Amino acid sequence: MYTDVSAFVGPYPFRHLPHPEPRLLVRVLEREKLDGAWVGHLPSAFYRDPAAGNTELLALLDPHRDVLHPVPVVRPDWPGWEKELRRAHDAGAPAIRAYPAQWGLAPQDVAMREVAIAAGELGMALLLTVRFEDMRQRHPMDVSGDLSAAAIRALARAGNDVRLVISAAGREMIEEVHWGLTPAEQSRVFWDISWIWGPPEDHLAKLFRTIGARRFIFGTQWPLRLTQNPTANLELLPDDQRGARLADARDVCKAASRIDD
Amino acid sequence: MNQPLAGTEPLIDVHAHFYHAGAGRSDWAEVNAARFRAGDRIGITYHVASVLGSYGFSSPTYFPSPEDVGIGNDAMLDIAARERRRVRMYVTVNPNFTAHAIAEIERCADRGAIGVKLLASRRADDPLLDPIAELAGARGLPLLHHIWQHRRREWPSQEISDGADLTRLAVRHPGTTFILAHIAGGGDYAHTVAALADVQNIVADLSGSGVDRGMLDEALATLGPRRLLWACDITMETGLAKLRALEVIGLPPEALADIRWKNATRIFPAGAFPNALAGQPALQAAHR
Repeated sequence: MYTDVSAFVGPYPFRHLPHPEPRLLVRVLEREKLDGAWVGHLPSAFYRDPAAGNTELLALLDPHRDVLHPVPVVRPDWPGWEKELRRAHDAGAPAIRAYPAQWGLAPQDVAMREVAIAAGELGMALLLTVRFEDMRQRHPMDVSGDLSAAAIRALARAGNDVRLVISAAGREMIEEVHWGLTPAEQSRVFWDISWIWGPPEDHLAKLFRTIGARRFIFGTQWPLRLTQNPTANLELLPDDQRGARLADARDVCKAASRIDD
Repeated sequence: MNQPLAGTEPLIDVHAHFYHAGAGRSDWAEVNAARFRAGDRIGITYHVASVLGSYGFSSPTYFPSPEDVGIGNDAMLDIAARERRRVRMYVTVNPNFTAHAIAEIERCADRGAIGVKLLASRRADDPLLDPIAELAGARGLPLLHHIWQHRRREWPSQEISDGADLTRLAVRHPGTTFILAHIAGGGDYAHTVAALADVQNIVADLSGSGVDRGMLDEALATLGPRRLLWACDITMETGLAKLRALEVIGLPPEALADIRWKNATRIFPAGAFPNALAGQPALQAAHR
């Protein structure tokens, strides 16, 4: 059983999402035979100061902490971010989320580097979202653009303790980042499979063959996207990759490995 | 043998593509084989497919030259003949070359094409599409039109149309059935669903890489299961995921069967899908 590392709760500002509530997510995990989820607070991605969103996230997940694990937002160019990071750690979060594209931070932003290192020193991963929706359908006010490959490479190079989980990347971005890193840097990056194409182009199978399935991790982007999609993708792998195993979420970082303790 | 992932009831993918040696990619045969491999695993009874000229190799994918259109259609005719058990074809045309387009439809329909495929070579409501839509209707061929969901500006490499554009063509040709392509294939599907609501001779295919939650619910609520067709286009995993999501929504079995295959047997020419109708005697009788 896999853990969904890229789920959210809460509404999305640019379209209606049916029932983005924690209790429904718990039911979905059970239906899809997933053992838990790392859960972000979707509206916080669009807040200037995410602190109140983090408070709400922790409260929303509190009744479901056996399966829903909070991934609060830490905005490193906002005063007091260190306190939010510590709060996430103390709450048992396996990771923190950051949204440099939504905050207008440059790919080599020093504050992003600092928060990646600080999270790593606390044993937590930094979870980055390449996109929430397809570029072609975005609301006219949604002008942030996708997270760039350069931004991911810069953070992967920031330090030995850095662990990155990248959600919603496609094959081209994954290859551009992976082959632009040293083997040590590559080992700091995990990619969720929520947006990678399956057959007939077989991008997922090609990535497994070239990069290895253990660099990939299960993620859905619920409630934005159907949870059934990554499972369907794994089931449709060609024979030579049929038994491939993704990375276990508990192996991403120390904080994640402590979840079941 | 393992049970197909989507079950054993008939399943028709009304939006598929195949490649050929002139498509400018060395792995073309591998991609075709992958479609069959995944199709068998899912349980697809028929792939209704087109070839889009040279896919950009010698003329643009969405503006194929007449020569590339012909070469592509020939390749598709060959695949459909070779894979008669599981492949049906659309004849692809470029409406900027009217005489050629009409001749291609006649030539390929005579050899078994069951639908017409239009790309984005000309806006859907352009009068140049009228003779094509008219001929498609006269021959009982549904017309699959590439669509960008909610066209807010021009995009490079295609003259895109959206649902509203297609409705203007469909209203002029009430005797022709139009398939609006890939409501999950980019753009705002909510705009499309609303645009189609009152134009009954347009049905929508569910293909496309998008798997947004809420999309299927909106399409069902506005168009209903009799106006939706299951399809994959170039992401078959999203097709399987949508089938499973439709099951979770709790559709009645008859509505699910409509989307999986029965709607296709209604809009395509009679006898196009004998393997789907086998074992379904009541429907077969009604179809005749």
